[in-house]
Order: sequence, then C-alpha cells, then structure tokens
Amino acid sequence: MNWGSAGEFFAMGGYGLYVWGSMIVTFGALAVEILAVRSRRKTAHEQLRRWVRNAQRNGNENKA
Amino acid sequence: MTGTQQLAAGNQAQSRIHWFKYASPHTFYPLAGRLIPWFAAAAALLTIAGLYVGFFVAPTDHQQGEAYRIIFIHVPTAWMSMFIYLVMATWAGIGLAFNTRLSSMMASALAPTGALMTFLALWTGALWGRPTWGTWWVWDARLTSELILLFLYIGFMALQAAIDDPRRADRAGAVLALVGVVNIPIIYFSVQWWNTLHQGSSINLTRAPSMAATMLIGMLIMALAAWAYTIAIALYRVRAIMLEREKNTDWVKEVA
Repeated sequence: MNWGSAGEFFAMGGYGLYVWGSMIVTFGALAVEILAVRSRRKTAHEQLRRWVRNAQRNGNENKA
Repeated sequence: MTGTQQLAAGNQAQSRIHWFKYASPHTFYPLAGRLIPWFAAAAALLTIAGLYVGFFVAPTDHQQGEAYRIIFIHVPTAWMSMFIYLVMATWAGIGLAFNTRLSSMMASALAPTGALMTFLALWTGALWGRPTWGTWWVWDARLTSELILLFLYIGFMALQAAIDDPRRADRAGAVLALVGVVNIPIIYFSVQWWNTLHQGSSINLTRAPSMAATMLIGMLIMALAAWAYTIAIALYRVRAIMLEREKNTDWVKEVA
C-alpha cells in the first residue's frame, strides 16, 4: 500500500493534476465514445424501422 | 450473393468447416453481437485490476515520483494507436484487393477508436512531459510522428465522409491508409533512429524490461484492457455501420 490517507492518494505526491488529468480525460473520452456509438446504432435502427414500415405500406397499396 | 451461390456455400459448410462463413455481414452481425458483452466485460475487469495494481501495488518511482503512474494509460494507448492503424490498414487493404464489403466496414469501424487512442497517447504524453521534461510538447521525432498518425486517422475519416458512394469511399480510404503505414515503423523506431527527448522503450523483445515487475504487470494488464476495449467498441461500431450500409438487404430488414 502506497498511500497513508485518501488525501495523499488524491495529491499523488504533488503530481495530482497530471496523473488525474490523464485518468479523467481518458475514461471520459472512452465514455463519450461508447455513448456516441450507442446513439449511432439507435439512429440506424430507427431509420431502418421507418424504412421497412414505408416499404410495407407501399407494398400494401400496390396490392390494393 | 445470389441464391445459387448461397446454396453452394451452404452445401460446402456441411462437408467441411466453412472459413469464409463469417466474412459475410449477414452471418457476422449476430456473431459480433454475441462477442461484444464478453470483450466489454473483459475490458472492465482488466481495467479495474490494472488500475488497482497501478495505484496500490506498484511502488513509487525513485526518479519520477508518482508522476510515472501516467504510464498505465500512456503506454497502452500509444501501443493501441499504432496497432489499430496496422489492423485498420490490413482490413482496408483486404477490402481493396478482394472487394469484400465487411473488411472495409471493419476498417471504418476502427478509425475513430484509433484516432481516440492516438489523441489519448498525445494528451497523457503532454501531461507526463510537463513534470518530467518541463514542457508539454516538443517537436522531436517520436512526438511529431505520433501527431502525424493522428492526422492520418483524421484524414482517413474525413476522406471517407467526403465521398457519398460507400464503396468508392472504401477504396479511397484504403489507399490513404496503406500509404500511411510507412509512418508506423517511423514512430516505433524513432527513439532509436534519432536522438529524441522521449525516452527509449521500457520494454522490448531483446532485453529484460527496465522497470519493476509490479509496474510492468500493471502496464501489461492495462494493455490487455485496451485490447479488449478496442475489440468490443469496434464490433459495436461495425454493427451500426452494417445497419447503415446494408439497409436494402433482406437480412438487415429481419434484424430491424
């Protein structure tokens, strides 16, 4: 164990800004990437559903 | 694929292992969906283990104090930035040579993650350089070639986005990606070829690593986490790309 207290852990021996600046930006960026892909997937699904629905409606009209 | 071709492929699959089965988006889509949770879980568990080792087990560095702990992010992201580029260029090249749509989609799915890893390697490098070198940035060979890598990723994505026809975009992107491969050995060997401010590699295949065992283990666990994350997010993204691109095929209508 390297740290005597939580304060020591967050201070990182005076390098807190650099170490936490690296960690927070890295995991923040990964979280943003995951959310971005999730929304891209959602959009693709919605568009596809609309597309299939339209195709079906047009298909029915043609039959009638 | 026409009906007869599909039939032929099906007959082949019965007689022997059909290696190209998963080269078709139709069969790869559900496979990717099944693989994602495993790689995502592995990434999460490895990250927790790696950060635990990195912060609580690995000792303080006698030269750099606690600042060195940036290594647990910096080295894995820098490795991935180069490795993703090679994989991306390979897929793009296969797509160009054999006209296989799925390979090109894999290349497109890897590019944003590669760009992100490159950015993170540069960002954590700047935050590490400031306390250890006294500067955020210096135009030495390692840093400059890594910056060029970021521009290659951005160029690849911008070029693909600028061309409406996806198959033409794939081919143009593939040429750019393949030309850019020359930059990867330049990054990797820059610390040997030129006199750089950036330190030499802490790990290589010919001699023992120049760091404490627990530091090394923490770094390798984080590197595995970066691998698992990259595979998971690339599969996640390639599924979205498949839905976007294959929307007028029957199999996509079934998943919708």
